[in-house]
Amino acid sequence: MSKSSSKRASAAQDRLELIQSRVIVERDSVSSISSSDFPFHTSNRYSNIDFLEKIRKKLRVSIEKKSQYDMEFDLIGVDASIANALRRIMIAEVPTLAIEKVFVYDNTSIVQDEVLAHRLGLIPIKANPDEFDFKLSTEHPTDQNTIVFKLKQECKRNPKTAANETDPKKLYLNHNALIWEPKGDQADRFKDSQIRPVHQDILVAQMRPGQKIELEAHCEKGCGKEHAKWSPVATASYRLMPEIILKEEITGDLAIKFASCFTPGVVEVKDENVDGKTIEVAKVVNPRIDMVSREVLRHKEFEDKLELNLREF
Amino acid sequence: MDDTDDNSNIGDELSDSDVEVNDILNFHTEKGAIKDPQSVTFNITGEDHTLGNALRYMIIQNPEVEYCGYSIPHPSEDKLNIRIQTTENTTAVDALRKGLEDLKALCAKVTEIFYKANKDFDEINNLS
Repeated sequence: MSKSSSKRASAAQDRLELIQSRVIVERDSVSSISSSDFPFHTSNRYSNIDFLEKIRKKLRVSIEKKSQYDMEFDLIGVDASIANALRRIMIAEVPTLAIEKVFVYDNTSIVQDEVLAHRLGLIPIKANPDEFDFKLSTEHPTDQNTIVFKLKQECKRNPKTAANETDPKKLYLNHNALIWEPKGDQADRFKDSQIRPVHQDILVAQMRPGQKIELEAHCEKGCGKEHAKWSPVATASYRLMPEIILKEEITGDLAIKFASCFTPGVVEVKDENVDGKTIEVAKVVNPRIDMVSREVLRHKEFEDKLELNLREF
Repeated sequence: MDDTDDNSNIGDELSDSDVEVNDILNFHTEKGAIKDPQSVTFNITGEDHTLGNALRYMIIQNPEVEYCGYSIPHPSEDKLNIRIQTTENTTAVDALRKGLEDLKALCAKVTEIFYKANKDFDEINNLS
C-alpha cells in the first residue's frame, strides 16, 4: 500500500469513528444524529464480542451536583435510547402517593370544591410508596392502600396584631392545615417516618374571616402517566455532552470574540507568556454548560479552527 | 406452522419459564405474522416509547438480527409494535427474549453503578 493511500485509509477510519460516536454540529446542519452503534452498520464491528460485556466495561456514572431536591449526573457508555427510557420512567412510571379523593363537608370559601380538590391533589405527599398497594377502583380503602388527611380550618382574625398590620400571616390564624390521620396499623408502621406534605407552606386557599373549610382527603398510589400529580420529579431531562475541539490556538482580540460566541463560562481568555510577551489565549474550560448556539460557526475567521460535536455515549 | 393459527398468543409456544415475561408485557403477534419464525411483528399492550426504543436498541445489538424497528400505530391506542427479522440461525422470538434479558441486565448494571457513584459522592462530600 502506498503512503498516501494508507493515510487516506486512516483518515477514513477517523471519520468513521467520529460518525459512530458523535453528533456533528456544522454551520448549516447537524449530521450523524441517529445512533449507528450496532453490528453491520459499517463492518463486522464486534460480532465476536459479547455486547453486554462491552457495555459493562464502558459504563460509568459520575455525579456532578447533588442537593436535597436537585441532582445532575453523567451517564457514560450507553445510548441515548437508554438514557431517554430512564428519563421517561422517572416522569411517568415511578409511583408516588397523591390525594385522589376529597370529601368536602363544609366549604364556605371562595374556592369551589372541585378547584380545591384539584389543588389538594397537586400537593406532594411525603410517604414511602413501597409501603402501599395500588388501590383498584373495585377495592375499598384500607390501611394498605390509602392515607387519610383531615383539613378543618376557619379563618379568624388575630386579635393581638397591631391596628395598622398588613401582613396576612400575622393578621389571621390558619396554618399547617393538612393533618394526617393514621388508620389501622399506620401509626405503628410509620412511627419513624411521619407522613406529611413535603412542603408545609403550600397555599391551598385564601380565606376571609368567618369562612370555613372542612374536608377529608384520601391519598392513593399512582403513576405519572395517569396524572402528573403522581410524577415524583418536577422535571427530568438529559442532553448530550457538548465537545469543543480547538484545532489551533486562538489568540489576541480574536480570543475575546471567540469566548463571547459561547455561553458565559464555557471559554475563558487566559494570559500566557510566550517569548517574554504576554498574549491572550482562548481556552475551553467548561463545555458542559454550553447551549450549542452555533454562533461561533457564523464567523468566517473561526471556520477551520474548531470542531463542534455532541458526544453520543 | 399452522396456517389458521394467525393470531395466536405467543405464550402457547413458550416454556413455563417464559410465563412471567408474557404476563407482564401482555404481548401477542400481529395477524399473519407468525408464519415465518424469522420475521415476526410483536404487539405489546400498555407499553410506549419508554420500552420500545430501548428494546429496539438492545435487539439490534444482536448480530443475528437483520432488522428491528418499533412503532406506535396510533397515539390513542395503548399499543406498541415491534418488528424483528433475523437470520436462519435464530428466531424472532429468541431475539426478542435475548433483547429483554439484555435490557434487564443492562438496567441492573446501571442501577449498581449509579448507587455506587452516589455512595462515593456522599462519602467524598461528607453527606449521609
